[in-house]
Amino acid sequence: MSLDQLNIGFLPLVDAALPILAQEHGFAEEQGFQLNLIRDISWASVLDRLTYGHTDMAHLLAPLAIASTLGRGRPAKAMAVPFVLGLNGNAVTMSVELAEILNPEGGLGDPYRIGERLKAEVIRRASHGKRLRFGVVHRYSSHNYKLRYWFAGCGIAPDKDVDIVTISPPFAADALANGEIDGICVGEPWNSVSVERGVGRIVLVTAQIWRRGVEKVIAMPAEKLDDNRELVERMVRALHNAAKHFVEPDNWQKNSEILARSDYLDGSATLIHRAISDQILLASGTAPVNVPDFMFQYREAANFPWVSQAAWLYSQMLRWDNLEYSAEDQLKAERVFRPNVYRSALQGFDTPIPGANAKLEGSLQHVLAAGSAQGRLTLGADPFFDDRIFDPTQLNQYLTELPKP
Amino acid sequence: MRIAVIDDNPVRAAIIEDGLSEVGERDVFVISERKGLARAIETIDPDVILIDLGNPSRDMLEEYFAVSRAVSRPIAMFVAQSDEETIAAAIDAGVSAYIVDGLTQRRIKPILDLAVRRFQAFSRLQTELKQARDALSERNIVDKAKRILINKRAMSEPEAHKLLRDHAMNNNKRIAEVAESIVTAEELMGGGL
Repeated sequence: MSLDQLNIGFLPLVDAALPILAQEHGFAEEQGFQLNLIRDISWASVLDRLTYGHTDMAHLLAPLAIASTLGRGRPAKAMAVPFVLGLNGNAVTMSVELAEILNPEGGLGDPYRIGERLKAEVIRRASHGKRLRFGVVHRYSSHNYKLRYWFAGCGIAPDKDVDIVTISPPFAADALANGEIDGICVGEPWNSVSVERGVGRIVLVTAQIWRRGVEKVIAMPAEKLDDNRELVERMVRALHNAAKHFVEPDNWQKNSEILARSDYLDGSATLIHRAISDQILLASGTAPVNVPDFMFQYREAANFPWVSQAAWLYSQMLRWDNLEYSAEDQLKAERVFRPNVYRSALQGFDTPIPGANAKLEGSLQHVLAAGSAQGRLTLGADPFFDDRIFDPTQLNQYLTELPKP
Repeated sequence: MRIAVIDDNPVRAAIIEDGLSEVGERDVFVISERKGLARAIETIDPDVILIDLGNPSRDMLEEYFAVSRAVSRPIAMFVAQSDEETIAAAIDAGVSAYIVDGLTQRRIKPILDLAVRRFQAFSRLQTELKQARDALSERNIVDKAKRILINKRAMSEPEAHKLLRDHAMNNNKRIAEVAESIVTAEELMGGGL
């Protein structure tokens, strides 16, 4: 039997793991197709290939799928997301000099306390006419939105008090080393590379800013999803099986070795192993510490595309691109996430499926049983660091209530 | 028209620059350094920017286009969405373009087509170069094996060649493969073969 071929774009990051492992462990073949993984070095190229049909699907930044749909920065191309590749997995790494000021105690910092000290440092530098510069991996990334959310929540105005620029992850360590930037919010293994080189220290992980924040997704042109619904559902099943396999501690060593290979991440299996086992080296010369939920790839229906999460990303796009709210755009942004595809793909599988398409983001302070269409679903605490709650039906109201330093 | 070619591979940049001057484009500027990229673009103030898909600076560049007031007019990915075929060909070839809004498709297409052809020519060149290198190293290893046979078995060069060729034919192997095993064995035996 000949297999269907699917071309999948990706960037060499730990959270590209699921499509890679779906191919390597035969979960794709089980569903009757083969994945050809096409590596790029910038999100712009990943998106170009996807937009113009060079790839069928891609490992993509969730906000970028929405930005593409709304035509931000380039011609509009409607994208669809049938599967979320995971939650969080990023960290905030500061230059050693700045980390020394913000977090002299070492260890993982408290977002409020670090933020307070950062604000004091911003003011101190302003009196010398100097501004701190921070790097994010892309304008339309959750890294950018979480960093800005944290800054603004601590009374620091992005673009006014501090600069935020785009830095390609492989350049992050160099940029920290030569003082081009003072800190970066990036995914693994690039924080660890900076830490290992002794040019930076991790002071926060993004899970501390939003405990259950959506990260990379599998995205594809919307019309392609509609035309190939059955194939897409098979892909969802393959990715689901890969996710289940990925979180099993027994598989971590082997998976790290696969991901480290030169045609995938071309990196260190040791650093990758740390990220996927939530063992994070915060500073060079210390022992890795356990950071619960650093990466979140499977439990609690983590791969379910909640439309409320798409809506939150849209709210931040409005906030930082200074756009007018549009109910039509909100609907378009929400339509990018396709919970119905996920649901029909996994119908009858031994896995819990949420009953609703949206939830109040940030409203859970404890583990809670949630309504499900299948199986028993429990959701863990999902707070934002400032305990704000996002209701997608009150998006406009939410925007007016967010701090504007 | 002012065209900026961003490429950290100076050979490919030169090939494109050369092609553009052939079609009458004289204002071509090559940028090959990541450092100071934004300032270089600001100074050049190009109408068209050509950059390869494998350039890691593309996300930084797009960010710069989005926020900068220095580039006077907004720059879009491709000027006309209608011509998806040209764009697909460009992506196949590994080139992407940023074009100032307002330029007509008629003026852009020849430049993009040329960039595509030159990119393809460059990758062909690289493949040929690799084949040439492989062939060269094969010849080296055959020469080495012959020298071993000449020294150790007191053969003439034609005899050594014949031995290699016959052995290869009888065993359904390439001469280079036989030669390689002789050289490997010689190395393993520390010259005592």
